[in-house]
Amino acid sequence: MSNNGKGVLTGEFFMEGDVACAEGAIAAGCRFFAGYPITPATEIAERMARRLPQVGGVFIQMEDEMASMAAVLGASWGGAKSMTATSGPGFSLMMENLGLGIMTETPCVLVNVQRGGPSTGLPTAVGQGDVMQARWGSHGHYEIIALSPSSPQEFFDLTITAFNLSETYRVPVVILADEAVGHMTERVVIPPPEQVHTVDRRKPTVPPDEYLPYKAEGDGVPPMAVAGDGYHIHVTGLTHDERGYPAMNAEAQDRLIRRLVAKIRDNADDIIILTERDLDDAEVVVIAYGITARVSMLPIEMARREGIRVGLLKLVTVWPFPEKRLIELAGQVKAFVVPELNMGQIALEVQRVVGSRARTIPVPHPGGTVHDPKVILEAIRSAAQ
Amino acid sequence: MTQLAQREIAETHPRDVLLRQDRLPHIWCPGCGLGIALNCFLGALMKSGLDLKKVAVVSGIGCAGRVAGYINLDSFHTTHGRAIPFATGLKLANPELKVVVFSGDGDLIAIGGNHFIHAARRNMDITVICVNNFNYGMTGGQLGPTTPTTAFTTTSPYGNREHPFNIPYLAAGSGAVYVARWTTLHVRRLERSMIEALQKKGFALVEVISPCPTLYGRRNKMPTGVEEMEYYRRKSVIRHGADPRDVEIRYEGEIVVGKFVDVEKPTFIDLLPNDNR
Ligand code: SF4
Repeated sequence: MSNNGKGVLTGEFFMEGDVACAEGAIAAGCRFFAGYPITPATEIAERMARRLPQVGGVFIQMEDEMASMAAVLGASWGGAKSMTATSGPGFSLMMENLGLGIMTETPCVLVNVQRGGPSTGLPTAVGQGDVMQARWGSHGHYEIIALSPSSPQEFFDLTITAFNLSETYRVPVVILADEAVGHMTERVVIPPPEQVHTVDRRKPTVPPDEYLPYKAEGDGVPPMAVAGDGYHIHVTGLTHDERGYPAMNAEAQDRLIRRLVAKIRDNADDIIILTERDLDDAEVVVIAYGITARVSMLPIEMARREGIRVGLLKLVTVWPFPEKRLIELAGQVKAFVVPELNMGQIALEVQRVVGSRARTIPVPHPGGTVHDPKVILEAIRSAAQ
Repeated sequence: MTQLAQREIAETHPRDVLLRQDRLPHIWCPGCGLGIALNCFLGALMKSGLDLKKVAVVSGIGCAGRVAGYINLDSFHTTHGRAIPFATGLKLANPELKVVVFSGDGDLIAIGGNHFIHAARRNMDITVICVNNFNYGMTGGQLGPTTPTTAFTTTSPYGNREHPFNIPYLAAGSGAVYVARWTTLHVRRLERSMIEALQKKGFALVEVISPCPTLYGRRNKMPTGVEEMEYYRRKSVIRHGADPRDVEIRYEGEIVVGKFVDVEKPTFIDLLPNDNR
């Protein structure tokens, strides 16, 4: 194992998805990990426990997932890029401090390697049932960013992207992976450090007596001073004003929540990443993410061979939802086919966005395994009619 | 007013620099002990010799949790019970910082109890000031993890049927390297213990027994702060080095105060692996 200055493990590997995620984090500059063992995300913690001390970082196994998420936020305010990784039950416990991260605009990354739920469900088997939880799981109304990898390589790449987005927009970024991708082992290419693009949070340029910690700049994001910088910041989960002071009134709530929502919505075009295949002539579009996007490749190919003009819209960014692109496509296609390892979560979003402009055909699956490609093929055929 | 008297009126208090003036007056009730606890803490900070640019204060939720909002240092008002794990991340990301958790007994010992014992077990290098007022103040005076058996609260209307936590014993048993308890009557000793705790390497705990006349005192025959202080005066006994097992607080009983634990042990940071292989 070779290490260069930035800790980027440059080379070509046969690597497990979870391990690739950990390497992506380190390449992105992550130097703090707090977590709690949980299948199928444990390998990320194990890799970080081994790797972080080698690059001057800190790994800590916390007593539970609430503590893990709290420690990740604390570390971010200590100036470190920080991350945790978990699965369904732990994700539920992290919702509390995910909300604190949103409210206090704390950059950090939260990986959820999804398994079958609800509750303990199927710890060792794949699921995609936490998509709406990633969107709405913490109380109150907020916007969040969530990315979904379909391969170990993408797990590596998107972990870097997740850190960059979290540092840019000062928001916790969720990686909605799944057990299949997390436990899949295949070729992963890690580039040399100079080819790894990383972003660091914007720091204040004004002296402490002029600094308003929650006064946003043009993009809706305030520059961030951390503890020890000499700015004597106050950070609270209460509704606060630009000074960061609690402000218990409707006007302050209005200003803060509108900005927190707008900084994601208004920058959606820059945040959203989509992978499109064969959409130019498509009359049917399969919308999928994570492992299901990969599973959909075969039925799409089979349908193409049958002469059905079908393409794939892979949601690399699941949240914010690519409403604009969907509305564009809705004018061109007959139907959207939405296979996912839940009983219809993104399908409902598609329906909400496209309305009566095109048909939405959900292909629900409770998880535990992936779709039988024939079921997706069947849905594509019916969509083409 | 004579010239002399005018000169004797100070415009500012030497500790004012440590308070966010623009956030005062505070929200605490008349007779509440939190102001005293905060004042002792500010004094301790000034006398500790610490670089105050490198001190961060983390609170959870509750009346004591509001302390972070009044202190003019880097300060964090986090979620209920999670001040200690937040502080853990803060400290580990920047070990140069002195990280202090200032919160209440409900926050630290009930909802945050698991974090409290694990941070002590790891000997995480943080100072914890736990203000114990025997009930939940912010939500209107409910039963807490420290409410003495038989005491009345809004959720123990027939008298508390539970056994309370003995916080020094819990801390010591979990591995804290410094454990002291004082009441808000013992301001000088409390301040001295806070200085020691701030200078201590490792998990240092100071428990502050503090009046909540509005909610706890009123329901338990001490309706004013003065009466609670009078109780502390009558019933507290200084016993340095007391076995933490023996310092449980019973209803209307003796309050053993003093420094119970002061030992050396490697901290979590001391023991971090540092293999640049
Ligand atoms: S409710 Fe009790 S603890 Fe809270 S401010 Fe009032 S007296 Fe103090």
